[in-house]
Amino acid sequence: MDFTHTEDRRMLSDMLQRFFREDYDIETRNAAAYAAPFHHPEKWAKLAELGILGALVGEDVGGFGGDGFDILTVFEEIGRGLCPEPMLGTLMAMKVLESLGATEQLEALIGGEKKAALALFEVDGFSGLEDIQAQATQTADGWTLSGRKSIVYGGASADVLLVAARHSGGVGLFVTTQAERTSYAMIDGGGAAEIMLDNTAATCLTEDAAQTIENALDWGRLALCAEAVGAMDWLHATTVDYLKQRVQFGRPIATFQALQHRVVDLGIEIEQARSITILAASKMGTDEQVKTIAMAKNLIGRAGTLVAEECIQMHGGIGMTWEYAASHYAKRLVMIDHQLGDKDDHLHRMMELDAAV
Amino acid sequence: MDLNFTPAEEAFRGEVKAFLKDELPIEISEKVRLGIELEKADMERWHALLNQRGWLAVTWPAEYGGPGWNAVQRDIFDEEGALANAPRIVPFGVNMLGPVIIKFGSDAQKADILPKILDGTHWWCQGYSEPGAGSDLASLKTKAERDGDHFVINGQKTWTTLGQHADKIFCLVRTSTEGKPQEGISFILVDIDTPGIEMRPIRLIEGGYEVNEVFFSDVRVPAENLVGEENKGWTIAKYLLTHERTGIAGVGASTNALGQLKDLVKKVSRRGKPLAKDPLFMAKLAEVEIDLEAMRVTNARVLADADSGAAGSMESSMLKIKGTVIRQRLNALFKSAVGPAATPFPAEALVGNLAAAPEETAMAAADYFNNRKLSIFGGSNEIQRNIIAKQLFA
Repeated sequence: MDFTHTEDRRMLSDMLQRFFREDYDIETRNAAAYAAPFHHPEKWAKLAELGILGALVGEDVGGFGGDGFDILTVFEEIGRGLCPEPMLGTLMAMKVLESLGATEQLEALIGGEKKAALALFEVDGFSGLEDIQAQATQTADGWTLSGRKSIVYGGASADVLLVAARHSGGVGLFVTTQAERTSYAMIDGGGAAEIMLDNTAATCLTEDAAQTIENALDWGRLALCAEAVGAMDWLHATTVDYLKQRVQFGRPIATFQALQHRVVDLGIEIEQARSITILAASKMGTDEQVKTIAMAKNLIGRAGTLVAEECIQMHGGIGMTWEYAASHYAKRLVMIDHQLGDKDDHLHRMMELDAAV
Repeated sequence: MDLNFTPAEEAFRGEVKAFLKDELPIEISEKVRLGIELEKADMERWHALLNQRGWLAVTWPAEYGGPGWNAVQRDIFDEEGALANAPRIVPFGVNMLGPVIIKFGSDAQKADILPKILDGTHWWCQGYSEPGAGSDLASLKTKAERDGDHFVINGQKTWTTLGQHADKIFCLVRTSTEGKPQEGISFILVDIDTPGIEMRPIRLIEGGYEVNEVFFSDVRVPAENLVGEENKGWTIAKYLLTHERTGIAGVGASTNALGQLKDLVKKVSRRGKPLAKDPLFMAKLAEVEIDLEAMRVTNARVLADADSGAAGSMESSMLKIKGTVIRQRLNALFKSAVGPAATPFPAEALVGNLAAAPEETAMAAADYFNNRKLSIFGGSNEIQRNIIAKQLFA
């Protein structure tokens, strides 16, 4: 057993930490995160330049990473830096293209010239491919798409949309650059979009997308877990510092055991969250991927919400303010549990897998 | 990053499994599986079998008779033992006094005491806690006063586990009241049959008998029974508390308990259906399974650090808290799984299947109650939080 990252991944992680520290402070972040295009185009270009986007996919499709521990490394820093860039949507779109061997389309994404998003969810919710209602129709001139895609992460700024739609033979994935969209900020920053499809012209990536989509979702979930670990580390350390500095009743509130024990319990949950995320990263591409991801996303959902709520509480009023960075980390942690299945959804998945054995 | 065991470690695991399969007596492992109290002879027999193989004192250096294992090997050994329903090694001589003697004992003490721990000549028990000194151990009052070449001990110890079987007891005693409380404590070895010692059983919540109180009145102990220097006993106590404790997370025991629970939910019914079909119950089971899986990796991370010398008391405190709580949740689920069939008192002799529930559930409630101790002993979980907080807020 060896729990140390390779030299390359340590460098990747150091580089990202430096980037967020020096180039992307919280004021810059908040200004970008809540106003169209809901991210910072120059910072995106810098991330591409640093090779962060290339680290998301494997060498055979022109990247230089792409395995579980690469995603873990990148997204832990995305979380620690509270990055509002459309990394999640991009990752899932890139993982779709990677599994289809679409090297050509990936090139512009890796270079940062174009951004892509994966349009899956619909207004009636999304708990599985069976909920997909958007229609794909084959005509003499090619495919057209109709329907509405909802809460497309990164959809606000994406140049290319990968749309999941139903056709006579199942669910396929289609590429369009022409869809009408309404973009908006998310409560924890960053952008999403509603995509309106009305006989919109598209090209077909694959007519049988079920496996590809499930797999891309699992990669997205792994990324969210790693992001949460990074954000929890930051929030926990910030809370410890705050308790040492804040004086009430004539002494630092860090001396109160009622608070100490709560901080310790959060630390233990964060280590557990880190452990299950490492495990999930190690199981990507194996038979245990689905179950381990379900376990990780459930535990992360529980731990992230707990850390967020407790850290706000222990900060007192200051933790409630927009001005103070910790409030934004707490928001992100709570909302991660709302993305790609929450703790209950993943507990259900886990139970179904247990029952099937 | 590599979460796999090396081929050498896997081969070692195979060796441990084979040993357990060949040597662990079925009548002992059945008692462990069913939660029946072991007799002294059972524990002595298991110790002897382990000692014969050289696997009893797993934390001792090879020169004193240890197997020379690293932390990962010790963990594999603990885990496989738990999965095979092997009894836990009685720790007082092997895992507590042994390392103390090796670190602080005189040559004469090493030569005399260590072999007799290994071969089972002497059964040791522990005299640390007192009625007024639990978590605040340094406030202990049991007094040892010098009288020529003897110490005379007066006072009371309590929570002495399996003292009813013991020949000897190692004690923390007060030899000075000067300075800080920690500075007047000594570590001393006492024969149980010395005049003036009385051992009385304490019956525990579930009805079992595993702990005792020990009374000392004018007990005369030769001065050479002191371990280390007079008034330096606290150093020894601290060494024991922070001495790397393998298996503190109890991953093997909890994995075994989870396996039993998963079998049980298929055998028992609730509202006309197997409990395995009850989403409320199964959600709780799945959640604890996830926490255990995470702890397995946390434990492995600490082991990897331990072998590179980086693990500290903060990590073992975390594992103690998380491990005990997971085990207690599993005990609670196991008890809940049989509903009303958990209610009969198992009494001294296990009659078994009174309520037509599976035989392995006869002790379900008793085990649940008994294992409330896990978060209290060995430094309560609150004390563990204090230990972590001290480092975090330093």
